[in-house]
Amino acid sequence: MLNVNLDQPDRFSTPTAKSPVSSKVIRLEGLCKTYFVNQQEAGAASTIRGIFHRKKTPVKAVDDISFNMSAGEIVGFLGPNGAGKTTTLKMLSGLLYPTKGIATVLGHTPWKREKSFLRQITLVMGQRNQLVWDIPAIHTFELNRVIYRIPPADYLSILKELTELLELGPLLTKPVRNLSLGERMKCEIAAALLHRPQVVFLDEPTIGLDVTMQRRIRSFIAEYNKRFGATVLMTSHYMADVAALCKRVVVIHHGRLLFDGELALLLQKFTSHKTIIIQLGECQVDLNIYGEVLSCEDGRYTLRVPKAETARITERLLADLPVVDLLVEDPPIEEVIDRAFTEWNP
Amino acid sequence: MKDLVQLYLQQFKTTFTSMFQYRAALLIWMIGQVLEPLVYLIVWSTVSNGNGGSVGNYTTGAFVSYFVVLMLVNQFTYTWLMFDYEWRIREGIFSFALLKPVHPIHSDIADNLMTKAIQLPVLTVIAVILAFTFHPTLSLTPWVILLFIPALLLAFGVRFLLEWTLAQAAFWTTRVGSINQLYFFMLLLFSGQIAPLSLLPHSIQIAAKILPLYWTVGFPTELLLGKLTLSTVLTGIGIQIVWLIIALFLVRVIWRLGTRAYSAVGQ
Repeated sequence: MLNVNLDQPDRFSTPTAKSPVSSKVIRLEGLCKTYFVNQQEAGAASTIRGIFHRKKTPVKAVDDISFNMSAGEIVGFLGPNGAGKTTTLKMLSGLLYPTKGIATVLGHTPWKREKSFLRQITLVMGQRNQLVWDIPAIHTFELNRVIYRIPPADYLSILKELTELLELGPLLTKPVRNLSLGERMKCEIAAALLHRPQVVFLDEPTIGLDVTMQRRIRSFIAEYNKRFGATVLMTSHYMADVAALCKRVVVIHHGRLLFDGELALLLQKFTSHKTIIIQLGECQVDLNIYGEVLSCEDGRYTLRVPKAETARITERLLADLPVVDLLVEDPPIEEVIDRAFTEWNP
Repeated sequence: MKDLVQLYLQQFKTTFTSMFQYRAALLIWMIGQVLEPLVYLIVWSTVSNGNGGSVGNYTTGAFVSYFVVLMLVNQFTYTWLMFDYEWRIREGIFSFALLKPVHPIHSDIADNLMTKAIQLPVLTVIAVILAFTFHPTLSLTPWVILLFIPALLLAFGVRFLLEWTLAQAAFWTTRVGSINQLYFFMLLLFSGQIAPLSLLPHSIQIAAKILPLYWTVGFPTELLLGKLTLSTVLTGIGIQIVWLIIALFLVRVIWRLGTRAYSAVGQ
């Protein structure tokens, strides 16, 4: 399936003179971004005052964020809406100037937007389109081929590979406007990766997609990272994306960095309860003395118990009751993350 | 250079394919573009006939030839950048252009050139039909045709770069409709679109010669009609070159400031 010679470094993977010697591909130090937003109160008087004088309020979108990423890492960038994730991604891809702080990506200062930098990165925005709307995606691909100066032979093999991995086949020749959201997203991702970037910024790449399509995109990202050693920083509100792809997560809230470490550690830190599911012969038993009964159906009880008490309660349940089957589960990841955001909320 | 040529060729193909996706809309749009000079043609021909066959130094036939040539020149130099730019920035599409290692002006130049290549044959046919219908008076000489070509290309260059500069206002305000409106009103008056410049008040004529707009439409039109002396034509081409240099400078400066403003605010 793979036709590209990965052992031979080509122009798409060769580090430029400015590329870092260290393995830190992405480095942020005290990065800040403050927006000035017009504020206007309700009412006619305020509207008239606003004609002559506009009150601008500073809003700290990103507030003193520092972290590093090594080559080939996939990091989940988490936070609720408005946390500053997209602003950070835009600064790292060169679309925004920071108010303060330092960032380097592949040894370049992103917002200088040097051509050698732009040729090595990509930004996929789940809610924005780069494909030319009225014509088939293959035309945008061809345009990107010349923009990124991809040699024809490499282009053909990369296109073939992306077509296979993302199952693009018949989609390439249909006008983009006639594609479904999922089909369009697959083409968007392919268009963004044709030049085989070393650093990939993904902003909600699976937003609005059905479960099957989300899974396909996820496995593609994992495959791309594995094959090309690309460094991937992604935001997603779907925890399944994060759990499947990211060993490490960076969490921000109100622009501030709250957690940087393994996903497992984050879950451990914010998991206060576990779920015990037991199968008894009947539903007549009162199990409230063991924990909070969440449900009972055909003798199948679901109990919520404190994490620290799990072992002791399980032991008691097995000793006291005629248990047919028993299962201990962590709470859903969404629940844990939601709890983390809530607890951190100032 | 080779890469840039390839980029232009590919953009030509993309524009060509895009334009023919909506054939009926394309045709209607072209007819709409012809209607405006046609209205002026009919109005001025009527005024001229009512005035004994001429107004100022323009006979009825001269009016016809003026507006037919003006229609072609206007089409060749016209751009839709100011409307496009606002949309690109408002929708966040411009971010993708900034992520590419190529200046977005190249795509716009190629896009405009291909659009004109598609439209001009149709408009030339329309011009011939109008000529047969309204009987213009036009006598072309070889030196006029020879000088008309660079004057037309320079007119396109100046207008394209000026409009690209003005379109960048969208970096600071996403509601540039009012700026567009003001610009198109000035273009109508000072470029010679509403009437030949020599028929307008003296102060307007002076303002028109100082501003760049006349040099983007009225000047090449009058040149082809043989209304200008050789020295006026050569001076005019010189002025076009100066405006081209100024416009190039403006594009670069405003681009630098604009992208900085865009990057500071984000879309």
